[in-house]
Amino acid sequence: MKLPDLTDLALRNLRESLLRNSLTTIGISVGVASLVAMLSLGTGLQQLFSRRLAKSGLFDTVLVSSRRELRGMGRDEERNGPTPGESRVLDEPARLEIERLPNVLEAYPDIRFVTELRYEDKPHLTMISALPLSAKSNDAFDGMQGSFFSSDSAAEAILQKSFAEELLGKTPPLGATEPNIADLAKPLLGKELTMRYAQRAPGASPPGIAGSSSGDGSLAAASYSVVSREQKLTIVGVSDLDPESMRGPTRAKVFLPLRLAQSLHVMLPTDLREISHTGDQPVYSSISVRVKNPAQVPAVEDAVKKMGFTAFSILDASRSLQQVFRVLFAFLGIFGSLALTVASIGIVNTLVMAILERRREIGIMKAIGASDGDVKKLFFAEAGAMGILGGIVGVVMGWAIGQVINFGTNIYLKSQSFPPEHFWAVPWWLVGFAIAFAFVVSLISGLYPASRAAKLDPVQALRYE
Amino acid sequence: MTTAPVVPSSRETVAIRSENLCRHYRMGETVIRAVDGISLAIHAGEFVALLGSSGSGKSSVLNLIAGLDRPTSGSVIVQDRDLAKLSREELAKHRLHVVGMVFQSFNLIASMTLAENVELPLRFAEVDRGQREARAREALERVGLRARMNHRPSELSGGEQQRAALARALINRPQLLLADEPTGNLDSHTGTEIMDLVREFNRLLGMTVVMVTHERALAERYAQRMVFLADGKLVDDRPMDNRPNAASAAAKGVQP
Repeated sequence: MKLPDLTDLALRNLRESLLRNSLTTIGISVGVASLVAMLSLGTGLQQLFSRRLAKSGLFDTVLVSSRRELRGMGRDEERNGPTPGESRVLDEPARLEIERLPNVLEAYPDIRFVTELRYEDKPHLTMISALPLSAKSNDAFDGMQGSFFSSDSAAEAILQKSFAEELLGKTPPLGATEPNIADLAKPLLGKELTMRYAQRAPGASPPGIAGSSSGDGSLAAASYSVVSREQKLTIVGVSDLDPESMRGPTRAKVFLPLRLAQSLHVMLPTDLREISHTGDQPVYSSISVRVKNPAQVPAVEDAVKKMGFTAFSILDASRSLQQVFRVLFAFLGIFGSLALTVASIGIVNTLVMAILERRREIGIMKAIGASDGDVKKLFFAEAGAMGILGGIVGVVMGWAIGQVINFGTNIYLKSQSFPPEHFWAVPWWLVGFAIAFAFVVSLISGLYPASRAAKLDPVQALRYE
Repeated sequence: MTTAPVVPSSRETVAIRSENLCRHYRMGETVIRAVDGISLAIHAGEFVALLGSSGSGKSSVLNLIAGLDRPTSGSVIVQDRDLAKLSREELAKHRLHVVGMVFQSFNLIASMTLAENVELPLRFAEVDRGQREARAREALERVGLRARMNHRPSELSGGEQQRAALARALINRPQLLLADEPTGNLDSHTGTEIMDLVREFNRLLGMTVVMVTHERALAERYAQRMVFLADGKLVDDRPMDNRPNAASAAAKGVQP
């Protein structure tokens, strides 16, 4: 029998016992809906985490440091590669070279120093770091008070909440409830800070040091003087979350725009170590490289390593997180499939009942020329049709359940003053997969009834009343 | 039907031949010999009635010729093919193309209209939809049911249902019409109408007809040959004076 005829007959037969077949199909729908619900929750959660992590700027970033950095992270390479003394210096030409690598968005130096900040004539010693404008999308600044830097070279500062507490003398005792961020920011925003720092003044070599050496140009260029400077900064923002929480003890509490920080020529610890290499050009302890997307991180890492630097990305660590998601996905899938398995027993039951009811009809069809294969295909088609119909309805149901839960959860999140989240996703592959899965499960369920119907003895079947 | 009346095959051509045909059933300890060593030859174009009391094995013989059942031993050769040696698939093809069957209880599918019932064998034969509809319409027209083609069997009288069953039996243009008590559920007037149609198929289309009946009068009136069975054995085989070329047949005439 041809496929259109088969489909036509199958649908006609399904309509004949409408109630029973509808109930069976609803059973499949519920199974598919639970599968879709479970897997879309898994997908949604994974996407939510990926989005969050991408926003954190951790996953598309490669941290580059020189092998001369003795506390570098790539210890294996230190052992196998050139000794720290022989390897490359991470200076401005190196930064530019890294920035020209394919798929690199930007490479900015990690300018990080401890210095004194004066607020209302009281000194506070703290770690300061510079941020590029692109850091604005970092979710640490999502709930911040005030605004991000107005430009890359503005004399502005963003404070981390704990430093704001320190400036106001409001550091809460351990275990006490934290003060509200808005209350902290109000008296500080727009106020001025004075930063005192050591500047590496280029070219101003004090006579008697460089000059006394036998006129060697390279040595002369390597010398510089250190001058004490002051810089006024306006407080433009207070951030609730800690954008550098991953950095541990070296994390900064005050942030400056990158271009401003570069123009200040702050004396950095590396300057002292690399005194023999540095002229006017600063030497960086590390460079953060932002890559177009996390997938390209490994390639950029390799390229940077080939240049003779140490590269590290959190992506290496995220592999285990992906593993966790895979396991979660498998579990959700198994639980989701359970309902479908129960539904498939419903298909077997419905079709076996149909054989009993339509025994005579099967006998007639065989008497007028239907082959075993025709009868088998007809029952398969009925099972398959129930599977596809149930699959389509189930996907819609699963999607609707997801929407309802998403909606409900967001109402709750809103009541707790959290931003709304979309943690429920039904990707197209899941739609296709769920329907195909329902179809295959239905066909498998149809195996036994179909072969039983095909084997029916027509003489017996026609005698049966 | 579009088919021009088939030239009646020579009476010498054997359409069905059985040799020592047996069909035994096992019911617990006892063996039921439904068909027990029947040897028979039916010529192409013949109209044969199988007679006997119930349980004599006449329906079993018909099922064996139809390829619905397989012999326990012996052979049944239809159109030069030994059905005992055919696969299940080949037997289905035999039922589809070589044989048309009608039954006492009509055996139409209740959920389908007459047109759908009649074209069902064409679906199994994978005939195109357009051609199917045309052929079903013609077949129903031939049995006088064109106006009823969109009715379901339950909306029709017994005679109309049997006529529809005849149309279905003809749809694949088989050479053989097998009828199992075709008038058993009909009153005598309607039964006569059906038998006239069967005789028309026999004479105009040259179909070989094998009819199972226990009504001797019906057999005497329509069949050219009566075969009597008892306890699965052939007990009598006598030709009748119902040949189309006989004067009596000519006098009765053929329904156009």
